[in-house]
Amino acid sequence: MYDVIVIGAGPAGVNAAIEADNLGYSVLIIDEQGSAGGQVWRNKSSSIIDAPKTETSIKGNALRDALMSSNVSVKYEARVWHIEKCDTIWNIHIENDVLTSKNLIIATGAYERIIPIPGWTLPGVIGLAGATALFKEHMMVPGHKTVVAGSGPLLFYVANEIERLGGTVEAIVSLNSRFDWLKSLLIMITQPILLWQGFKWVTAFYKKTIWQSAPIKFEGADHIELVKIKKVDDDWKPIGKEQILEADSVCYGQGLIPAIEASRLAGAEHHYDETLGGWVPTIDDMGRTSIEGLFVCGDNAGILGALAAPIRGKNAAQAINKNGVVYDIGKFERFGKAMTALSIPRAGLLNLIDTDTDVCRCEGVTRKEIEHEIITGAQSPNAIKSGTRCGMGPCGGRFCADAQAMINEHVTGKTREDIGLPTARPPLRPMPMDQITEELNYDDLPIPGVSPL
Amino acid sequence: MTNTYDIAIIGGGIMGCGAALRIKEGGMDPVVIDQGDIGQGASGVNAGTLSMQIKRVKLMPYAIKGHHEWQLMGEKVGFKKTGGLTLAFNDREAELLQERMTMKRDAGADITFVNPKKVEEIEPHLAKKIVAASFCPDDGYANSSLSGQYYRGRLTDENIDTIERFQVSEININSNGYEISSGDQVIKATRILIACGGLTKHVAAMLGEDLPIRARINTVSVTERAPRIMNGVIGHATGLLTMKQKDNGTVLIGGGWQGKGTPEEGRGAINPETLLPNLQLAQFAVPTLSKVRVVRSWTGFEANVPDFYPLAGRLGEKDNAYILGCVRGGYTIGPYISKLMGDLILGREPEMPLFDPNRVFNEDKLI
Ligand SMILES: Cc1cc2nc3c(=O)[nH]c(=O)nc-3n(C[C@H](O)[C@H](O)[C@H](O)COP(=O)(O)OP(=O)(O)OC[C@H]3O[C@@H](n4cnc5c(N)ncnc54)[C@H](O)[C@@H]3O)c2cc1C
Repeated sequence: MYDVIVIGAGPAGVNAAIEADNLGYSVLIIDEQGSAGGQVWRNKSSSIIDAPKTETSIKGNALRDALMSSNVSVKYEARVWHIEKCDTIWNIHIENDVLTSKNLIIATGAYERIIPIPGWTLPGVIGLAGATALFKEHMMVPGHKTVVAGSGPLLFYVANEIERLGGTVEAIVSLNSRFDWLKSLLIMITQPILLWQGFKWVTAFYKKTIWQSAPIKFEGADHIELVKIKKVDDDWKPIGKEQILEADSVCYGQGLIPAIEASRLAGAEHHYDETLGGWVPTIDDMGRTSIEGLFVCGDNAGILGALAAPIRGKNAAQAINKNGVVYDIGKFERFGKAMTALSIPRAGLLNLIDTDTDVCRCEGVTRKEIEHEIITGAQSPNAIKSGTRCGMGPCGGRFCADAQAMINEHVTGKTREDIGLPTARPPLRPMPMDQITEELNYDDLPIPGVSPL
Repeated sequence: MTNTYDIAIIGGGIMGCGAALRIKEGGMDPVVIDQGDIGQGASGVNAGTLSMQIKRVKLMPYAIKGHHEWQLMGEKVGFKKTGGLTLAFNDREAELLQERMTMKRDAGADITFVNPKKVEEIEPHLAKKIVAASFCPDDGYANSSLSGQYYRGRLTDENIDTIERFQVSEININSNGYEISSGDQVIKATRILIACGGLTKHVAAMLGEDLPIRARINTVSVTERAPRIMNGVIGHATGLLTMKQKDNGTVLIGGGWQGKGTPEEGRGAINPETLLPNLQLAQFAVPTLSKVRVVRSWTGFEANVPDFYPLAGRLGEKDNAYILGCVRGGYTIGPYISKLMGDLILGREPEMPLFDPNRVFNEDKLI
């Protein structure tokens, strides 16, 4: 039994773990990856371990070193598939083992929002965040001629990394206008270093950036070849003439969505806040949730990015104690929110989702099918899921829930809060049956009595 | 909502929707009320097994009729008649199987006993540890996820009003009938049918009736799509396993293992202490399942009274108040027993006897 279990070893989780350790608690940190670092400070694979250092690899190494020299126990390559609170104790189920703790800190990060447009599942089209994993872990570029498209700061970061690693950026297709960026940069005025970085990114690709535009279609025989784009209005509705770009690869995404499956399974209250990326656990300024002994930090508590994450992690550890100290994240919060604001979906985006496009790629459910289900009366996410299978596949709805809700919002006029979320169910990740169970000794099968005859 | 319906049906599961269709057909004007969307309770999350071999002996005639109803609904509800095996892995289970299946056969189910060699022909992927088995060619399944879509469509086609997202919190009786309220919204009706699944006790209490209903919390799991590993429904002599592989390759695993929670608190949660034995038993029976990934496990509530027979009839001493629920194997039997219930409400003689809710409940015995 630990005092504290932390799920997720990104910058928020690791800092939470170390802070909790400093406070004298016994701590275990769990991650499904092979080492700490999370998405942003992801470790390099062993084949590229000698590659030149980058800012993120330096920060990542510092994080890993700090964790190593602490008393925090670690468990990597461990997938948490279920979380339950029994009386005052947390049971954390990983593979066929159960770990227990008095407190639980969830730091599961975020995943990307990808608006489904025709051709989005073509080979060669990858997510923006997925692309960053390629760079960090394998130092690979997605192709030779890459279109980077979507919204928010990741566009420029990804473009920058592609060229640093020897790839060619054909164009950046940015939903955001220059004016959107100007507004965001202004918020960073108190943060000269960040402002400088943002300014550097944007100016480096200024000429290659097609502002206020969006891909409307990805085309290719069996791999991406062409990207068709259009200008968008202030509402992000595509307008005007089509323009065609050639590409052998596309990095595509519209910002990040908090990964809340774990905190929902743990029973915490959530609410919808578009300025934080969508549905988030309802918390105080330190990360205390509605459930005693449950804390959240990092992007899963609202997208504020890597700079805010370490402080949010420390706060979550401090929150265990009623009189814990609060570290100020004010400036990082402002910065994080300014970046998140660039990706708040606008109503016109829905026009990009063609009626025959698969919204749910696991089950092949189109926008038309979802709309039909809603128009004929299914309104809750559970009912839409039941009728169409949208979100029933292995991804558990991670990649389609947001688009499905956008469609629902459009058809019914309801708010996201009113639409709600489907019931949270385990496992948190698809789990091979023999990995979560022991082999059965048949005579030990607990038979609770046979059914009435 | 100024008009007065002939009957307000509280609960839009199979029971409530089935009754509504019959009642409308008989010339009355019903309204179906649900706190959520139609068909998202037990009727939408159950394992969908339409197996004669897991039905209770006395309910067999109802199950056979119910099965026929599902067959008529056909593709729209994902109906499949695949045949099904029930397995015994040791002598004790073989004895149990022999006794139980003989009684079910005598009650009208087409059940035969098959030897292990025949079992292997029917299901080549089964573990070679089977001591005895029974087979029923009628067994099959439907897709419970489609209950909501199906019944919503039927209610619309028949011009039956549905009021969804209306959580009944109070029911008042006056000289004209019933006033059913949720907050400050009121629905009026001359008659009332309570068909609230796991919450039936809770809603009956709004009329002052205290029924000895408890809710079981059944667990079901589904896997990712897998290559064909089973052809029909697979069950276990104790009833603790039901499995079938859908056309899309996903395998549904149930068996009535009990999760946690109460219907009043929400949708319940799985209990790893029962989920894992359920999955162990599944792999024991079909070893190739062990590499297949479980995608989701969930729970649903199934109400029952101490004798495990249905509540289907007049509620207490009240005029024009009825109750329908606690039907074991209610997915299979629902479409039929709800017709009988409709007939009773229409003042017709039901084709088969119903189950008096005012009976004395002895443990597991019908009086
Ligand atoms: C997990 C599970 C697996 C099962 N597997 C099988 C199987 O394989 N084969 C089989 O034959 N049977 C199976 N069953 C049994 C079968 O599902 C049920 O008997 C049947 O669906 C019950 O139907 P119902 O209409 O009575 O209840 P429900 O479908 O639960 O409908 C009740 C409705 O009442 C509504 N309601 C409740 N309270 C209120 C209120 N206050 N105001 C308004 N509305 C309200 C609810 O929202 C709900 O929609 C299973 C049951 C479960 C839970």
